[in-house]
Amino acid sequence: MKKCLEGSNAIAHVVNSCKPGVVSAYPITPQTHIVEDLSKLNADGESGFEFVRAESEFAAASIVLGASATGVRSYTATSSQGLLLMTEVLFTIAGMRLPMVMTCANRAVSAPINIWNDQQDSMTVRDSGWIMLYAEDNQEAVDLHPVAFKVSEQLRLPVMINVDGFILTHTYQGLDIPTAKELAAFLPEYVPQKGQILDVKNPVSLGCFATPSDYMEIREDLYIDLKNSTKILKKELANYKKMFKRGSSELVEYYGDKKAKTVFVAMGSVVGTIKDAVDELNEEGKSVAVVKVKCFRPMPEAELLSKLTNAKNIAVVDKSISLGKEGILATEIKSICRQKNQKIQSFITGLGGRDITKKMIKGIYKKVLSKDNKIVFVKK
Amino acid sequence: MNKSKIVQIRLHGRGGQGTVTAAELLAVAAFYQGKEVQAFPNFGVERRGAPVEAYARLSDQPIRIREQVYEPDFVIIQDPSLISPGSKVLQGINKDVVVIINSDEKVYPEIKTEKVFYIPATQIALDIIGKPFINTALIGAFGAISGLINEKALEQAIREKFVSKPDLIEVNVKAMKEAYSQLK
Repeated sequence: MKKCLEGSNAIAHVVNSCKPGVVSAYPITPQTHIVEDLSKLNADGESGFEFVRAESEFAAASIVLGASATGVRSYTATSSQGLLLMTEVLFTIAGMRLPMVMTCANRAVSAPINIWNDQQDSMTVRDSGWIMLYAEDNQEAVDLHPVAFKVSEQLRLPVMINVDGFILTHTYQGLDIPTAKELAAFLPEYVPQKGQILDVKNPVSLGCFATPSDYMEIREDLYIDLKNSTKILKKELANYKKMFKRGSSELVEYYGDKKAKTVFVAMGSVVGTIKDAVDELNEEGKSVAVVKVKCFRPMPEAELLSKLTNAKNIAVVDKSISLGKEGILATEIKSICRQKNQKIQSFITGLGGRDITKKMIKGIYKKVLSKDNKIVFVKK
Repeated sequence: MNKSKIVQIRLHGRGGQGTVTAAELLAVAAFYQGKEVQAFPNFGVERRGAPVEAYARLSDQPIRIREQVYEPDFVIIQDPSLISPGSKVLQGINKDVVVIINSDEKVYPEIKTEKVFYIPATQIALDIIGKPFINTALIGAFGAISGLINEKALEQAIREKFVSKPDLIEVNVKAMKEAYSQLK
C-alpha cells in the first residue's frame, strides 16, 4: 500500500524491513532524519536491531565494521564531512570483504561550509572498493536497499546507496515501502560463510598484515570481484522487479529519442528534471535523450558504450568535480567512448545546492551542439 | 510523456510558522485524493523569523521535475510582511496566479493579479487553537479556493500529522474547516 512519506523516513522504514542486526551512525545534515527515524523505531520497540550511537563518523564506520565482522547484517548512513571522516574505514571494510549497506545523503564538502546537495562527498571515495548506486527518486532509493543487502552479502562487498540530500531526503511523495514480511521471500536471513567472520568456534584473523608477496593478489581479487558484481546486481534487480512489479534491472537506463544524436549523461535526482526537458525538446523535434548511470562502481562500461554508440554530442552533467581536471563522470565517459567523431563535454551543475532548472538543461543542450568543448560551470 | 498539467504551489513564511509542514500537509491531503504529489522545502540557514520557502506539486501523472517553483499556479503567503517590491515572494506572479494571503487587510498593491484572496489565519488560529498556528487555516483556505483538495482529505492529513499530539488534532481540524467555510 502506498503512503505519502518523506524520503528519509521511507529509507528508515525499508532499512528496518531488511532486519539489520546493528545500526550505528552519527547525525549529520541532511542524513539526520534517516538515523533519527531508525532510532525512533528502535525506541518504540518496532525494530530488532541494536542501535549504537557513535561519537563520530569514524567511530560509526568502525562499529559497523566490527558488527559485520561478527556476522551481523549492518547498516550506517552519513553525508559530506561525515563520509570523508569515514574514508580510512571505508577502504578497510571493502578490503576486509565485509558486507554492509550505507546510505549517503549526498552533500557538498567544505570549504566553504555548505549543507546543501551535490555529489562531491561520494565521488571523492569512489576508489574505496564499494559498490556505488545512485537513486533518481525516492521509490528507487527505497527499492535499492533490499537489493543492496542481498548483493552485498552474496558477494561480500559493501554497498553505498547515494540519495541527493534535501532534494530526495526531504521530499514527500507517494511511496511503496516493502514490509519485512513482503521482503522475506526476496532477502533471506544473512548467513555468513565459514571462515568469513570472527567466531570462537572457528578462529580466524581478519584484515591482517599482507607483505609484498600477497598484497597485490588480494587487491586484484577485490578488483575482479567488484568488476564482476554487475552480473549479480542485474540479476537481483531483476528478481526484485519480478517480485515487486516495479523498478528496472538495468544499471544504465536510456530515456528519450531512440536515435538521439545528442545525449545527456547524469546520475541521481537531476535525471528527473532532464527527462522533463528531454520530453519538451523531443516535442520541438529535437533529437535528444538522457542516459542515467544508476551504478557508478563498478562502472558498467559495456552497457554505457552500447547506449552511447549513436550519440554524436554527449553532455555529461556532473554534480562534482575533480579539481584540476573536470567533472568526474565526464572523465569516466571519455575513457569509455572513444569514437573520433564524438564530442564529450563536461558540465558542472548544482554545486552546494544551486538549483538545477529545466532552463539550465536546455542551455546545456545548446552548448553541447556548439564547437566549443571547454568545461562549463552552469550557474544559471 | 508527461503532458498533463502539474499544479505548482509555492509557500512563503518565516522560520517557526510551519511553512514546510504546510507544504507537507497539502501533499499528503492531495495524495489521499489519489493525486501524484511532491513537497519539499528550500532550506536556508534555519532560524526563527527568517524567510522560509516550501513547494508542493500536484498532478495526475508521476512528477519527475526537481527544480524549485519559479512559475507558480498558487502562492500562499503566511506572513504579509514578506511582501515588498522585488522580493522573492512576488517571483512569477502574473494575472493568472492565485495568491492567498494571511491577512485581514486587503491592501497589497505589489501583487499584480486580481486573484488575491485574504484569510485572517492568525485570528482564526488564535480564536480556535489559542496559539498562532496558522498552517491549518491556510491549507483550509487553499482547499476551498483551489477546489483541488476537499475538507475530508485535509482533515485526514491533519489527523495523521498530529497523531502524537492528540490535544492539537480537533482544534486544528476546526481551524481548517473555519477557513474552508469562509472561502467556499
